[in-house]
Amino acid sequence: MQSSRNKLSALWQTLFGDPIRAFGVVSLLLLLSLAIAPAKNHFSEWRHYQNQYLTLIRGRGDAVTLRRHFQGGIQQIWLPEIGAVDRCTTCHVGLKEASLVDVSTQPFRRHPAIPHTAEQFGCVMCHRGQGAATTVEEAHSSTLAWEQPILPARYIESSCGQCHRAPLEGTPQLNSGRNLLAQSGCVHCHTIKLPDGSAMKGTDDPPSLLHIADKTTRDWIYAWLKDPQAYAVTAKMPNFKLRDADARDISAFLIANSSPLPGDASPVAAGQKAPDPTAGASLYGESFCASCHAVQNAAGNVVGGNLGPELTRIGTKVKPEWLQAWVRNPRAYDPPTEMPHYRFSDQQIAVLTGFLLNKTDADLLANVHLDPATPEQIAHGKTLVTEYGCASCHQIVGIKKPENFAPELTRIGSKPVTQLVFLPGMAHNLPDYIAAKIRQPRSFGSALKMPQYTFTTAQIDALATALLSLTDRTQNLPAALTVPSVPASDYQPAGKAGQLITDLACFSCHRINGRGGDMAPDLTWEGSSVQRQWLFEFLKNPNTLRPALIRRMPKFNLSDADINVFTDYIMTVYQTPAFDRDSMPSGGYPPAQVEQGKQLFYSKYACQSCHIVDTKMDKGYIGPTLTQVGSRLTAAWMYQWMKNPQALRPGTIEPNRNMSDDDARALTAYLASLKGSGKREAKQ
Amino acid sequence: MKQRILIFTVIACAMVLSGCARKAVPSPVPTPTGFGSALVESSGGKQTGAVGTTLGQPVVVQVNDDQGNAVTGALVEFSGPAGVSFDPASGLTDSSGQLSTNVSLGGMAGRYQVTATTVSKAQKRVDLKLEEIALGYQQLVGAELNDKYCSRCHDPESTPERVSNYDNLEIKPHPFTEGDTLNKMSDADLVAIISHGGPALNKSALMPPYGYTLSKTEIQALIAYIRLASDPPYRASGMVYAQK
Ligand code: HEC
Repeated sequence: MQSSRNKLSALWQTLFGDPIRAFGVVSLLLLLSLAIAPAKNHFSEWRHYQNQYLTLIRGRGDAVTLRRHFQGGIQQIWLPEIGAVDRCTTCHVGLKEASLVDVSTQPFRRHPAIPHTAEQFGCVMCHRGQGAATTVEEAHSSTLAWEQPILPARYIESSCGQCHRAPLEGTPQLNSGRNLLAQSGCVHCHTIKLPDGSAMKGTDDPPSLLHIADKTTRDWIYAWLKDPQAYAVTAKMPNFKLRDADARDISAFLIANSSPLPGDASPVAAGQKAPDPTAGASLYGESFCASCHAVQNAAGNVVGGNLGPELTRIGTKVKPEWLQAWVRNPRAYDPPTEMPHYRFSDQQIAVLTGFLLNKTDADLLANVHLDPATPEQIAHGKTLVTEYGCASCHQIVGIKKPENFAPELTRIGSKPVTQLVFLPGMAHNLPDYIAAKIRQPRSFGSALKMPQYTFTTAQIDALATALLSLTDRTQNLPAALTVPSVPASDYQPAGKAGQLITDLACFSCHRINGRGGDMAPDLTWEGSSVQRQWLFEFLKNPNTLRPALIRRMPKFNLSDADINVFTDYIMTVYQTPAFDRDSMPSGGYPPAQVEQGKQLFYSKYACQSCHIVDTKMDKGYIGPTLTQVGSRLTAAWMYQWMKNPQALRPGTIEPNRNMSDDDARALTAYLASLKGSGKREAKQ
Repeated sequence: MKQRILIFTVIACAMVLSGCARKAVPSPVPTPTGFGSALVESSGGKQTGAVGTTLGQPVVVQVNDDQGNAVTGALVEFSGPAGVSFDPASGLTDSSGQLSTNVSLGGMAGRYQVTATTVSKAQKRVDLKLEEIALGYQQLVGAELNDKYCSRCHDPESTPERVSNYDNLEIKPHPFTEGDTLNKMSDADLVAIISHGGPALNKSALMPPYGYTLSKTEIQALIAYIRLASDPPYRASGMVYAQK
């Protein structure tokens, strides 16, 4: 003890004994402390990576170029407009080196080809993380000070969605996630505001429950509430995991609360079964019901379209009188329905409903035994309907659609991790939290109301991608940097034809002036394209122009008067301003020109690889059959189409051949000469 | 320094490659109740998906015994290169002898070999190797373009929803997976035939030109896709390839 104190005082004496020496020592200490900063810099992580990079490129053939591109020291991309201060390129030195294809170790990989450069947008805009940081951990991981960790590659498309509001080629996951958000009912409960101030709208169409007792039974409602997917594997309604008693009370309330639909429900030979069991199936086929409705086959595969509900067990659900009235005219029950009003005869209605009512599943209701509802049960049912927010999606007599029923998701992609409540054992990051919430909402607490969906892992990833694109940045970006989505068109044709277009639900499949579906061709310029006589015949008895399509135009059994209204309207209103449809004659071209066109068709342009003219010889199966194209299309349309197909129908897969005027004219002459035998074209 | 490298490796694995942080707590490996001697693919091999994402279809494998009968309760474990993750990573086969797993690809475009493993009664390892393809942005755009413009002629596979035109062509194109043919074509050849059609390379006019329909970037994207899809894999000439 004593000796160590002696030693210390001796040391003091040696260092600071006389003033000059003391001055020297203090200066030395000061120098040393001044050296700490440069030394830290010298031993910093990023310098280590830069040295590693220089070693990596040393032996390579492209070393000279790479060395010339290399810049030592801290690198920074500074973009005040978007708030980027990104120093990532300090360590990610090879980012722009195209010749580093074979390097897979980080941080030296080159960046894959994308439409933007780091100089334009920096790194953090897409990858998130901390741009200003210069250590690996601070830049990539979430620490206490920094909230945003690096975004895992599986969600990277979400970053595109911050600026690109319109569907984008190359981001299938984001596109599908956004579609799922709109289709799965999410936005009925959760508000998602878009930067333009509008709210995201649902594209699903949950049925109104105003007249539910007309349509189905309490037993079916009970079974459905317990497990919607047991009724139909494709059912969109999620499972609310209701207790038996709750499902009992809700079904009691919905039936008691339903108001009968006024109007005639005169049954068509009620309960009559189809006279010939195959007649129903063929009418179902001929009417192309399967273009929109699916049925699960014996092998468990769901076959058919998804525009309308699945019909596998429809007979167990609906009341026969309701189904007949619905098939007669769906718009009477549900005015905005997407289902067309087929003009079926009484006989056809009986045959079709008989066929559908046979699609039953006795197991579905086998275990449903409900006693008559008591007033208490009905009252409790109403409470539950309010609590679960049923009216967010469905119209229900006497219950208002709740406002902001669930948390708003407008900025969910920027939600700080500190505001999230994680489950034990869960990784603490936002993407995993969102995915877990979608996968199993009730695992976060059995009192939570969010229902259980049946999404696949890929769908959950897509949804999380779409949600992660909703960041603070999404809301705050300068307008010049965003690519807005095309606003939905509310085009509504006028007059008698307009009524027919609504009644036949043409917009469910066809797009006109920006409104409508994409199952069938865009009709905006149909009047310039087709000949009147052909159009009349086609509406009278439609059949497909493309042999390879399984979705087809149904036959609506229209009257000649209605068809004339339609034809006149299309021929006069749906015309392109680009050219006059009568500017070229529909026939009478010199035989030499026709022959020249034929040569061009088969040799230079090899059109037969996709189209059929001679049914014995040609086999092309991609484009429409052309056996009678001269009776179908106007010559002017064919000529313009050959010159530039995409100008007439953006996105068509017919390649633009950059054809000379002479070639296009000769081909038009040839095609115009194909008048057909006078029989219907393209019947398979 | 050692520690630094260690930290870096850990973080790089966890953050830069996707999917690693997916499962926080790995589920315990169950004890097998059955043993088989062969492992076969039921479905899910040779899929393509965007980098880092979960493949659209699960990978389903089946364990069989010597007689080729399905074995229930056999343990199958899945493994793959860094960045690939499986949900679940292991499990017992069901009553039809099958086990299905969702595969998430790594963060880098390329081919990923995934392995399913089971052990026989005699403790012998039985492996089944499958290949999956991860598409980067460029290849993803190429895949979409291929789907829209090319696959109807170039892919012989036909479904009722999408009838192939392959059989209707007098001169058969090659599926883009046929590396033996496509790898012999240079990038310039591919640009020429896609832009100007078959005659540009003295081939049939049944191959249409797309130079006035697709942009240069789109044609580059198609080539990037074709290069990744080809089997055997494409290797650009004049490149020095680092060994793994
Ligand atoms: C109408 C059918 C058709 C379409 C559509 C088509 N091709 Fe082809 N393609 C062919 C035919 C036929 C050949 C073979 C020509 C020959 O060997 O003479 C071919 C050949 C090729 C070749 C040369 C290798 C080979 O298969 O022989 C490439 C590369 C190619 N096509 C790329 C494309 C791309 C890319 C697209 C889409 C943008 C496309 N093709 C669309 C029919 C088509």
